[in-house]
Amino acid sequence: MESKVGRQLPDDIMNELGFKPFETTDFGNPVIQRKAPKVRASTGKGKVVDSLEEVVKKTVRDGMTISFHHHFRGGDYVFNKVMRVIIDAGYRDLTLAPSSLTGVMNDTVVEAIEKGVVTNITSSGMRGSLGDAVSHGLLKNPVIFRSHGGRARAIEDGDINIDVAFLGVPNSDVMGNANGMEGKSAFGSLGYALVDAAYADTVVLVTDDIQPYPNTPASIKQTQVDYVVKVDEVGDPDKIGSGATRFTKDPKELKIAKSVNDVIVNSPYFKDGFSFQTGSGGAALAVTRFLRQSMLDNEIKASFALGGITKPTVDLLEEGLVGKIMDVQDFDKGAASSMRLNKNQQEIDASWYADPANKGAMVDKLDVAILSALEIDTDFNVNVMTGSDGVIRGAVGGHQDAATAKLTIISAPLVRGRIATVVPKVTTVVTPGDSVDVLVTEVGIAINPKRKDLVESLSDIPGLPVYTIQELQERAQKLLGTPEPLKFTDRTVALVEYRDGTIIDQIREVQD
Amino acid sequence: MDITHTATAGTLESSDIQVTLAPGGDGIDIDLTSDVIKQFGDQIKASITQVLHNYGITSAKVKAVDKGALDIVIKARTVAAVQRALDIVDQPKWEVL
Amino acid sequence: MAVDSERLRRTMMFVPGNNPAMIKDAGIYGADSIMFDLEDGVSLDQKDAARYLVYEALTNIDYGDTEMVVRINGDDTPFYDNDIKAMVKAGVEVIRLPKVESAAMMQRLEQKVEEAEREFGRPVGSTNLMAAVESAEGVLHAEEIAKASDRMIGIALSAEDYTTDMKTHRYPDGKELFFARNMVVHAARAAKIAAFDTVFSNMNDPEGFYRETRLIHELGFDGKSLINPRQIEMVNEVFTPTQKEIVNAQGVMAAIKKAREQGSGVISMNGKMVDRPVALRAERIMKLAKATHVIDEEGNYLGK
Repeated sequence: MESKVGRQLPDDIMNELGFKPFETTDFGNPVIQRKAPKVRASTGKGKVVDSLEEVVKKTVRDGMTISFHHHFRGGDYVFNKVMRVIIDAGYRDLTLAPSSLTGVMNDTVVEAIEKGVVTNITSSGMRGSLGDAVSHGLLKNPVIFRSHGGRARAIEDGDINIDVAFLGVPNSDVMGNANGMEGKSAFGSLGYALVDAAYADTVVLVTDDIQPYPNTPASIKQTQVDYVVKVDEVGDPDKIGSGATRFTKDPKELKIAKSVNDVIVNSPYFKDGFSFQTGSGGAALAVTRFLRQSMLDNEIKASFALGGITKPTVDLLEEGLVGKIMDVQDFDKGAASSMRLNKNQQEIDASWYADPANKGAMVDKLDVAILSALEIDTDFNVNVMTGSDGVIRGAVGGHQDAATAKLTIISAPLVRGRIATVVPKVTTVVTPGDSVDVLVTEVGIAINPKRKDLVESLSDIPGLPVYTIQELQERAQKLLGTPEPLKFTDRTVALVEYRDGTIIDQIREVQD
Repeated sequence: MDITHTATAGTLESSDIQVTLAPGGDGIDIDLTSDVIKQFGDQIKASITQVLHNYGITSAKVKAVDKGALDIVIKARTVAAVQRALDIVDQPKWEVL
Repeated sequence: MAVDSERLRRTMMFVPGNNPAMIKDAGIYGADSIMFDLEDGVSLDQKDAARYLVYEALTNIDYGDTEMVVRINGDDTPFYDNDIKAMVKAGVEVIRLPKVESAAMMQRLEQKVEEAEREFGRPVGSTNLMAAVESAEGVLHAEEIAKASDRMIGIALSAEDYTTDMKTHRYPDGKELFFARNMVVHAARAAKIAAFDTVFSNMNDPEGFYRETRLIHELGFDGKSLINPRQIEMVNEVFTPTQKEIVNAQGVMAAIKKAREQGSGVISMNGKMVDRPVALRAERIMKLAKATHVIDEEGNYLGK
């Protein structure tokens, strides 16, 4: 069978797992029966457990689905500590369902797969040695990649049935009231973990800081928590978020960022009360700075900024240029530590942020989204998952979700080294071209021809040449040459889910 | 024409390629390291070989460390390496350019 | 003087000749001219490699309408002859000679260029020249240098070597360059070629950069040599005509058009005669206004 973006999908696996191919970005208005978690009633007695060994022994059984969050990012200790215990105890056939997998988890996951402890994975993404191992066929069953909104949907609908959620928190009381914004390993919003806390059958909090009862503000509530375990350290504060975010000095990144800002400012959406999501990375921060100046010059204020938050966005809030920050995740210390101080920096969970199977998610009210791309093709389909060598090295993140914004801008260099970003066909379709509106590169922009209204408003921006995306693709190819096609085997190592639960593309085993 | 001694041109910076030529071998033997070897490995080797043939060099050991260089960079670096290896840095073979 | 002397030359961006990444991206920043550097930007043991790299870039990469300039090594170096040959063979638009001190130096270069044009089958006269003066001697001979050849399109001041020669150094107010700048800009105007100011190298001092650019704009320079693409926009901003200038220029252009339509030799605006200098300035202002996107295709003022 084939998804609507023309990608061949493996019939046998699709049928076995009960998946349907991707059809449309329009979710419609279906009526959905959500799943409810099991609740083991308690008065709180025995919630505090002395060791991870003990809590794992109490909660984990062969064949279960266990989950983690990735808010500690590169400074995570919880995942490796818990998985060490699980691997050493010799469990089998677990399904790993974290919100995402960061680089510090790679070695542990590879070991768990090799030993048969983990036999299924669903995640937002994976990189490095783990992505390489999976792309080379280490895991027998295909990984299911889901967006942040898609994961929330899958959990609520029961596609992912979490038996035990191990959630690291920088503080908790003995009953399990906890938040992400205080303590030495604070990371700010607990957005992704809140869905696990609400829907997992068993919720285990892992913390290094027991606070007097009752601990407030409580993002995770005692009503959701089965066990609280104290460990020495849950994370390395220096690696949780990047430190002071530096404004890029790279002239190419600056040129792209300025062009992105030109597109926003000249679009019909740039008016008082607009909303935006910028993401992280040097170029995104530069966009925020240019946007700030344009908002000041035009006396325009935004109603909210959404998604993963950085310090420059918090600065806009404090300056009064942004009314609210709707915060699912914090990328740096500045953003993480300000949540405690700014009442207008609202923590939101992944469902509220981006779940389509909802009575409205934040992304449904989003005007402008600025997103990145490893590749974008002449149908505007975007790949943020596989590298130019075909190996898994990325994450869906909120890409598919935020791309449903009214104006979705892909900001990417035309070429990176000798690798083209604009290609005839992306290696892996993650976000369908139907939800992408404008591509901004260092040489000019391309507008999705489906957006005739934007063609009109963006065609005469001084100093911003408009090309067809085919012209940009040809330009890149002329500069770089035509690459040899990548070689894959017939074996499927991963499926990429669209946010509605259909499958948009598969990732096959690379052939070296 | 034969290479008499080892010579290098190019750097290990991004978008560059470092080409080192050494005497010996039977034919042209290229040891290529590149992040884009899957997509461009054969083309990189062909570009290097072409330049060597233009100089009439039929045997050489070539070590190439590619950092995503464009074809024109590969050609320029190989030309520079050959001129150095042949001790004709000051007498460029204009017809080869 | 060469033809096309009214071409916009606000920004001449230096690009080190041995840096593939910078050469690849040089065309995306909208510089009026790109200057690939074979001289000070390339270490002595890489002169040959840079020459081939720049040759390949000039012959293969499409830099659009940008004027392509190469700064070759000086005529007292062993690289001079081969630099000329390689760049002429590559079909570069302009060769920039550093450390020029006399018209004779430019004439010697012209002769070498012509020989190379014949050797490589390029049309004779197709390679333009420009000079950089970098010493007291060069500055004092600015006029003869600017008038040295019909191929000359510009003369540039290079302040680092010049201030050393003058036993001084760069100061924020630029007083130490006042005489040299005036010599260079006068020489350029007398020869009807372009005048380029020196580079400003402290990227962390944008105020200083603006101050210097406004100064050379006032003095009448065509533009400035730049070491960083981020400076391009700043220079263009300084060279952007004001709304008043544009409105006035539009009036002049309309008067010219009207006079032509009526077959009248006398152009008048608001009862006053429009003479040639006024007409030329109006033309230049409209060209600058268009290049800095403050007017649209029909000439309507858009604002900054």
